Amino acid sequence: MNAETIGLASNAVSRAEVEDFLYYEAELLDAWRLPEWLQLFTEDATYEVPTTNLPADASSDENLFYIADDRFRLGERVKRLMKRAAHAEFPHSKTRHIVANVSLRGRDVGRLDISCSFVTYRTKDSATHLFFGTLRYQLVQAEGQLRIRCKRVLLDTDGLRQQGRLSIIL
Amino acid sequence: MNARVKEPLILIDDQKKTFKVARNNFIDSEVLQAERDRIFGNCWLYVGHGSELNKPGDFMMREVGGRSILFAKDREGVVRAMYNTCPHRGAQVCRERSGNAKSFQCFYHGWVFGLDGKLRSQPGEEAYPEGFKDDPSSSLSVVKRMESYRDLYFICFDDDAVSLDTYLGNAKEYLDLICDQAEDGLEIVRGAQEYAINANWKLLTENSIDGYHAASTHATYMDYLKSTDGGLTSVALTGYGRDLGNGHAVIEYAAPWGRPVAQWIPMWGETGKKEIGEILARLEARHGKERAERIAYKNRNLHIFPNLIINDIMALTVRTYFPKSESEMQVNAWAAAPRGESGWARKFRLFNFLEFLGPGGFATPDDVEALEHCQRGYLNSREVRWNDISKGMSQATPAMTDEEQMRAFWKQWNARMTGMQAGA
Ligand code: FES
Ligand SMILES: [Fe+2]
Repeated sequence: MNAETIGLASNAVSRAEVEDFLYYEAELLDAWRLPEWLQLFTEDATYEVPTTNLPADASSDENLFYIADDRFRLGERVKRLMKRAAHAEFPHSKTRHIVANVSLRGRDVGRLDISCSFVTYRTKDSATHLFFGTLRYQLVQAEGQLRIRCKRVLLDTDGLRQQGRLSIIL
Repeated sequence: MNARVKEPLILIDDQKKTFKVARNNFIDSEVLQAERDRIFGNCWLYVGHGSELNKPGDFMMREVGGRSILFAKDREGVVRAMYNTCPHRGAQVCRERSGNAKSFQCFYHGWVFGLDGKLRSQPGEEAYPEGFKDDPSSSLSVVKRMESYRDLYFICFDDDAVSLDTYLGNAKEYLDLICDQAEDGLEIVRGAQEYAINANWKLLTENSIDGYHAASTHATYMDYLKSTDGGLTSVALTGYGRDLGNGHAVIEYAAPWGRPVAQWIPMWGETGKKEIGEILARLEARHGKERAERIAYKNRNLHIFPNLIINDIMALTVRTYFPKSESEMQVNAWAAAPRGESGWARKFRLFNFLEFLGPGGFATPDDVEALEHCQRGYLNSREVRWNDISKGMSQATPAMTDEEQMRAFWKQWNARMTGMQAGA
């Protein structure tokens, strides 16, 4: 099942449907199909990676993050990463996004708060690095399909001492 | 040092106007050994900002120059840097990154120290001789040399070093320009970017003050700015590079991006125009028109020898880095901002910061990639031995895209490494 075929009546979405959606997202990321991946986001979406000594709900307006993209900048991130001149990701690294332990943290009409564990491997220039932690999503239903309004990546690492940088999308 | 290190570390030809740096300086573990002694053991090193210790009892654990340092404020408001090792048998006393404490207790045998490092109590005190507690060797060791300039705290492991003020020398002019953008002093924004680069630490010094690489390394960042709706002014990217002496250097330049203090861009709209206008007016009232405009419109990438970068660009960043090995460094970067600035300004400042800076930005990852590829290129350094940093050497006023700044660093580095340095 892919995102195109997920139809949901509000509040009636199953865990399996959410999991399928997240697996599809991971598949797009691993395949570097980033323009398609971007389509999973709403027009007012945010994508954020806080630094690792902040509370989970810290605001990027007041605290220093690693990434705090609004929808425009997320689109620009995708454009950039598809260019040869995005040197940090040329040639593209190999990645494997794994999501698990999906749980529904809250729901409202047409809106779901999801959290899951993730592990992402990144290999470039013969070195493999590991990113892991919790993904928090706010999903909404738009035109009968799940869309991401908010994706926040809470890393379990001490900064990026092992990984060095965050040039891929988690 | 081995035979190769005895060869010149840098080669300056004043006739031909060329400046070469031995690539061995980036890959030789004996060079690093010597640096630990002659650079990190001798220079003033940034430890933290006063705003990070707001309240009595606030502390930060930091690794500085290969030492584990406890940076703390006591009840009386006295700020100290202490070696984070128990006088008893050596355990790290503080194991938290930061926090607020009444005292520090070593968990191994339970010795308790005050915020000033003084031993307060030990389990089984009766088994120790009288006066034991008052012997200085029973307390946490305080770093003898700690001085601050405009709330930037530095420590030095050489007890005979010149004062911080003397050491900073001409760099103070630029530190003042940076600090004067705030009415009530600067503060460090909560959240630290902590990352690492598989490259020699000196490559980041060079890169941070290198105006030459922007057009090619950061082409995608420039593309991004162009595609924003009103993210750019028509200001051209031009300026100069300056050797400030003692190894410090700066590039100062005009640039097309928005600056929260204070260069307006159309993207910030009418609210932003008003905010920026007010910031400018207050700057002018405090510093006069000429200085206010220099503070507001000029960007500064300032390097304080050996490993502190303060970039006053589309945001304000403080960055320090230390070698882990000859081919690895750890980097700490913070955002600084005027204390009490408006929510509007803080938000745009941080938004600006992340578009360019840091391991998830649109520019820094490409810098990192460049440095790592330099490091790999130096695998060939036995055969291909020299880096060139001659650009602009014959120029009377070197441009920001020249390499005067790097020459300033390397001259001082060479002087310290070879024991030839004069004065500071
Ligand atoms: S090592 Fe700290 S109390 Fe023994
Ligand atoms: Fe750069």
